[in-house]
Amino acid sequence: MSKETSIRHSRNTYDTKTITILSILTLVLLIVFLFSASLGQLFVHPVDVLKVFAGQGESSNQMIVNSFRMPRILNALFVGMALAVSGAILQGMIRNPLASPDFIGLTGGAGVGVVAFLAVFSNDDNALTVSISWMPLASFAGAAIVGILLYVLAYKNGISPMRLIIIGVGISALTQAIITTLMIVGPIYRASQANIWLTGSVYGSNWEEVRIIIPVVVVLLFLSLVVARRINAHELGDETAAGIGANLNRDRLIFLILATALTGIAVAFAGGIGFVGLMAPHISRRLVGSSYGSLIPISALIGAILVMGADLIGRTVFLPLEVPAGVFTATIGAPYFIFLLFTSKRS
Amino acid sequence: MVLHSTAWKGIGIFIGVLVLLLSTLASVILGYTDVNFTDVYEAFFHFDQSNKHIIITDVRFPRAIIAACVGASLAMAGVLMQALTRNALASPGIFGVNAGASFLVVLAIAYFPAVPFGGLTWISFAGAALAAITVYAIGSIGREGLTPMRLTLAGAAIAALFSSFTQGMLVLNEKALDEVLFWLAGSVQGRDLEHLIPVLPYLAVAWLGALFIARHINILLMGEDVAQGLGQRTVWIKAVTGLIIILLAGGAVAVAGPIGFVGIVVPHFARWMVGQDHRWVVPYSGILGAVLLLLADIGARYVIMPEEVPVGVMTAVIGTPFFFYIARKGGESS
Repeated sequence: MSKETSIRHSRNTYDTKTITILSILTLVLLIVFLFSASLGQLFVHPVDVLKVFAGQGESSNQMIVNSFRMPRILNALFVGMALAVSGAILQGMIRNPLASPDFIGLTGGAGVGVVAFLAVFSNDDNALTVSISWMPLASFAGAAIVGILLYVLAYKNGISPMRLIIIGVGISALTQAIITTLMIVGPIYRASQANIWLTGSVYGSNWEEVRIIIPVVVVLLFLSLVVARRINAHELGDETAAGIGANLNRDRLIFLILATALTGIAVAFAGGIGFVGLMAPHISRRLVGSSYGSLIPISALIGAILVMGADLIGRTVFLPLEVPAGVFTATIGAPYFIFLLFTSKRS
Repeated sequence: MVLHSTAWKGIGIFIGVLVLLLSTLASVILGYTDVNFTDVYEAFFHFDQSNKHIIITDVRFPRAIIAACVGASLAMAGVLMQALTRNALASPGIFGVNAGASFLVVLAIAYFPAVPFGGLTWISFAGAALAAITVYAIGSIGREGLTPMRLTLAGAAIAALFSSFTQGMLVLNEKALDEVLFWLAGSVQGRDLEHLIPVLPYLAVAWLGALFIARHINILLMGEDVAQGLGQRTVWIKAVTGLIIILLAGGAVAVAGPIGFVGIVVPHFARWMVGQDHRWVVPYSGILGAVLLLLADIGARYVIMPEEVPVGVMTAVIGTPFFFYIARKGGESS
């Protein structure tokens, strides 16, 4: 009896360590948030930023913070969360720490979806002919097609993680080729726009996008937390998971759909910000272990901090130039990935 | 191995050269402007300044020659890389050598527009060397090093890193994007012999070098210890092979941009034909690589006529199914 309560207990609440880390990360997030709103071509004192948040402050400050910086920061925040959780789910599902949405081609597939959407639904004045709220769907469709292809191509008496990733590397190359073709066929201004976006940037975000991304990501994060326990079971291995009553194929499908949807929404609004989906879950695992109930929220926070931080650096350090956030995440992420190749267990 | 005896392999080379010549001819004849064999003959022997003749001598012919040289170089670079790393998935594209070369070339085009084309060649070599050395260094850290699959992933990470730099730079410099977008996808279109000539001597040296070193590669493939036991100075052989790879890949990128998948597909096909003896695999790869790129380039003209897709897109479309096949066949152990 007491054992059962303790299990139930551990299921529903987080231990003190997790809570401490959650609080620290939330604090870091808020600080990065504040600095993102404050720093830029025009400096707004953090105190003034807080005033703006409180609904006071000068109108010029209000405009800078509310109209220009906030959409961008919020976009970065939620894109980071989405990519990180997508990576966390994939790593659990494939049982391999090297999995991430960009490496297995999901990001590329979403990219094809978006570039195709831009090519088909924009007129000669470079304006969209349909509502931008359809774009996440195109992005999701692209990622979903890649997800299915991956599964089919990597299947050979079951799914070997390494094979899945290698097949993903091939698919990434193929999606790159398709994107290039679409960019070349379209006029150059569309190409340059697509290129900014492909590198991974939240440049030029607006409130309209934020209003789409927030509810979608919140719902998906909630669903991810709901399935967290299934991922825990899944990580124990096929036999154990089946032994404790998990329906493996159905679960895998759910994981893949969630991961694909999260990648789709992130790529739709920020392009391929690479390596976030790889790094964030990893760092989280180091911090709180691999129980998905805590891993998912921690990953989400770290992902948000990474993308917001990369965007902040990109638009402040090299002023007046703006470097896309994706360049920084790749600069940190590639060495990190190679480090992981050495240290991760051979499976 | 399909061709067993030396005689058949020799005949195979002969047929290969024949196919290569036919492909070159087809590359000159086929395309948006109607041209036939007589026109080609006339253009070379009775040049009359007509549009058709100018297209043949100034556009189609240089393009075909460039495609052949680039295809041969990439394929040979692929063979040598696969032998050196003992990795069936090694190729200049997947391991980031092309990406490294194009990063430095784009950097030069974007920020130092005054650099002449000959200078770009050297920059391209430097970029290829940078990426190749990085991947090789990563591969040899630790006592056992990385498994082939893991090394492939390390290469892919390096490639992702460099292409992210390249894209970031293009975001900052839109004018350059306009100039290099087509080149960056890998293309032999709109290139004339002036682009090839400064690179050709290096490529030629590398081709000869590859043919010469093939016999040492055979010994190296028996295993490091065996090779040393047989008196081979393996470090030298590896270093020279690395240098040849850099010349081949860097040169190819300088002329035609990063064209992927030729280096991975062709060596497999060549080994399927002639087995593991690199004295045959290297020349076969060269010929087959040239043929493949010529054919891909012809295809690139027809896919979305009257426009063209970059040939790099064609090779990706042809090459990925093959890549999947190798990946499925390979597994962690290979």
